[in-house]
Amino acid sequence: MSFPITLTVNGVRRSVVLEDARVTLLDLLRERLDLTGAKKGCDRGQCGACTILLDGVRVNACLALAVSHDGASITTIEGLAAGDALHPVQAAFLEHDGFQCGFCTPGQILGAVGLIQEGQTGGDPERVREGMSGNLCRCGAYAGITDAVLTAHAAMSGPDVLPGRQLAEDAA
Amino acid sequence: MPERQRHGASIGQPLTRRDGHAKITGAARYSADFRPEGLAHAVMAVSAVARGRVTHLDVAAAEAHPGVVAVMTPQNAPALAQSPDLKDNPFAFRLDLLQNDGVRYANQPIAVVIAETLEAATEGAALLAPRYDSEPVSVALGAGEIFRPETVGAGSATDEGSGDLAAGMAAAETRIEATYDTAAQYHNALEPHASVAAWDGDRLTLYTPTQALWIAKGRLAGLFGIPPENIHVVCHYLGGGFGSKGFIAAPQILGIMAAKLVGRPVKLVTRREQMFGPVGHRAATRQTLKLGASRDGTLTALDHHTLTLTSRHDDFIEPSGILSRHLYAAGAIATTHAVSRADIGTPIFMRAPGEASGSVAVESALDELALELDLDPLEIRLRNYAEVEPITHRPFSSKALRECYAQGAARFGWAARPRQPRQMRDADGLLVGWGLGTATYPAGMMQGEARATIRADGTGLIETAAQDMGQGAWTVLAQIGADGLGLPITQVELRIGDSNLPNGGLAGGSTGTATSGTAVDNAAQGAIAALAELAVNDRASPLYGAGNAGVTAADGRLARRDDPARSESFGEILARAGRTSVEAKGQGAGDPASRKTYAMHAHGAVYAEVKVDPDLGQIRVTRLVGAFAAGRIINPHLVRSQYYGGMIWGVSLALHEHALLDPRSGRVMNGNLAEYHIPVNADVPAMEAILVEEHDPHVNPLGIKGVGEIGITGTAGAIANAVWHATGVRVRDIPITLDKLLG
Repeated sequence: MSFPITLTVNGVRRSVVLEDARVTLLDLLRERLDLTGAKKGCDRGQCGACTILLDGVRVNACLALAVSHDGASITTIEGLAAGDALHPVQAAFLEHDGFQCGFCTPGQILGAVGLIQEGQTGGDPERVREGMSGNLCRCGAYAGITDAVLTAHAAMSGPDVLPGRQLAEDAA
Repeated sequence: MPERQRHGASIGQPLTRRDGHAKITGAARYSADFRPEGLAHAVMAVSAVARGRVTHLDVAAAEAHPGVVAVMTPQNAPALAQSPDLKDNPFAFRLDLLQNDGVRYANQPIAVVIAETLEAATEGAALLAPRYDSEPVSVALGAGEIFRPETVGAGSATDEGSGDLAAGMAAAETRIEATYDTAAQYHNALEPHASVAAWDGDRLTLYTPTQALWIAKGRLAGLFGIPPENIHVVCHYLGGGFGSKGFIAAPQILGIMAAKLVGRPVKLVTRREQMFGPVGHRAATRQTLKLGASRDGTLTALDHHTLTLTSRHDDFIEPSGILSRHLYAAGAIATTHAVSRADIGTPIFMRAPGEASGSVAVESALDELALELDLDPLEIRLRNYAEVEPITHRPFSSKALRECYAQGAARFGWAARPRQPRQMRDADGLLVGWGLGTATYPAGMMQGEARATIRADGTGLIETAAQDMGQGAWTVLAQIGADGLGLPITQVELRIGDSNLPNGGLAGGSTGTATSGTAVDNAAQGAIAALAELAVNDRASPLYGAGNAGVTAADGRLARRDDPARSESFGEILARAGRTSVEAKGQGAGDPASRKTYAMHAHGAVYAEVKVDPDLGQIRVTRLVGAFAAGRIINPHLVRSQYYGGMIWGVSLALHEHALLDPRSGRVMNGNLAEYHIPVNADVPAMEAILVEEHDPHVNPLGIKGVGEIGITGTAGAIANAVWHATGVRVRDIPITLDKLLG
């Protein structure tokens, strides 16, 4: 039995015929679409390395069956930058050294984009730490990750959100 | 925040990671991201029992599953040229490679299913439904025969000491004796062990994460009976190692065997739950500390005994007592180790092996002594400050520990600490405690080699099979190479992470930057010397006759030392000589004479604040300040990240990590990342790492000590001591969890 699905991945329509209903979104991306930026750290939703944006919401791609998401829009790390222009979250991770080995980094960055878009944390470091706690980092880059999310939050909030901007300046 | 620690044009600069852009855009390819043409997927089946043998596998059911290509079992696994149990060097650990039906520990590989898709391989592995002939197991520390191992750690002496311990104990006016347990821990790098293997006749191309490319190549050459030069191991990016990827592990080799069996490229990725067994761990320890001191706090005797466990079939002995040989001065010192065997996977090096588990016990014991003597924890550490290495009486090559204590204390506000516990509360009524621990780690070096090339276009190339697992080799080796070649870093290309390059040694034991950096520096100097040789012997050169020692390299030009205005670009020199490049090799290794004369260690002081809920016992680390002295800092930006990472491992050791083994089955009961706790972002407090200046003229010409492991030492003890200070409860069973405070 085959399962044809169509997804919009990083802005590009991709039609795939799956030969197997067991394929997860993560394995679809990694093994069939050659988008290996999303990583598999545990394959059971415990580490967050596979975090992608699914219709704008951060999800663990290892826990989503591809056939359940026909028609969905997906953003992976490969599609986050606009050409050579880094997304503010990417730029902030670079600036604050929010990673070491880099394996959890695509998931951290997509998780941060999702978190900021959810608009629940504001510029509060404690709430950022809590909100980013679904993404494990074994190297221990959490201090840089938190600073990066705060900086990116301020940058993405625009000039009318003064408290966030103030935090960015404090962090810099 | 701009930093200025200028040592050279590149060395000492807080540069952003050169590999950063690849890592934040998803362009960085890790081992499991490679996909050679015709790739098949392999999934391991692992044992559900810890001792016995496999009596049945339903191979037919697995083979019948659509998409399954083959099932590899001991019946058909490719023959090896050498027994995987052969131990022909200190870094060869016994491997389970389907050579028989025996089971030596839970999660041992017992079969591999190879299929067209990952889904089919996964289902095939489940269909094997193994049956076992199982035997009773023992996994408890101290069960069975306890014996004295031949060596501990990487060939260190099992027992070492000095002075008359009995006399030191007798002379003491205050004595304490305490026993501390530390838990079994699993490395759990976020990147699982993986291999993508492709054979071409007797030549192998392998994408696999390893901290030591040449050691991996050598092991594989022996196992498969082919020359090392037939093996090409590629690992540009390594998703965390921490010791578990120091030496190639069984699952990685099974992927190579599977590729041989099916005659096409194979990818095998270890599942997370399969990483609790065949890829090493830090063994549990039980450490007994007996301290004797005079009334002023001077140690008259320090007795540090470690009991640990290793596997039934191999030896790795967690060397927890080693740090007591060089950390505190004492009239008499004894450090001893004993071990028992258990039906577990063989333990192995794990970030600060020995020092991490040893440090939490020693730092706790010292505070217990300070309490008896009514001394401040900082004061007792200063009274026992080792001016020379205690047992050997060798001078330290450098030791700025006193400055670490002072700068850390000032930043933390240590002077305001009340002596007695349960004295501080925050606005929410939480108990607040402050604790201190001393950090220490040896400044070792391995052996490595690098090649430096100066090209006709004036750019430089540095090559060595070193490994970046996040510590920053992609950046710091380029910094060292740039200064060595007298080039801006933008003009230097670095190639690492490929076994076809010169032997880069091992990214481990906090030796990577010291070893590879020294090799790169020597190679660069050699290349400059070769270039200068061309110029000073060329009548057309403005440098003619200056002599090789009479020129200096900077900004891509050679200039006369006595007249910098007379200079020539690298490109001009090469062009006139009709050369496309000059190159040189350089070695990186410790100087044996210096290492005999001096004791070489990095040091630090870590101050911790914890808050404890007085009703629930919930513990949160709220502040960490570490001050570390580790010789010359090549890149303060990245070194600070290393210290933070190490300190978070200290938080983890003190409060989180604990592999629980079922005593009946020998299986790990919490073998996944939801139940085996490592810190999440919310567990990590505001942190600060102070880089204390230290100049070391002896450790190596660049003055580099390692920084990868020291952060975990000191931190765990500081947290344990802070928990006592908050609550008045001394927990000697690490990790400290809330049940132990309430009990």
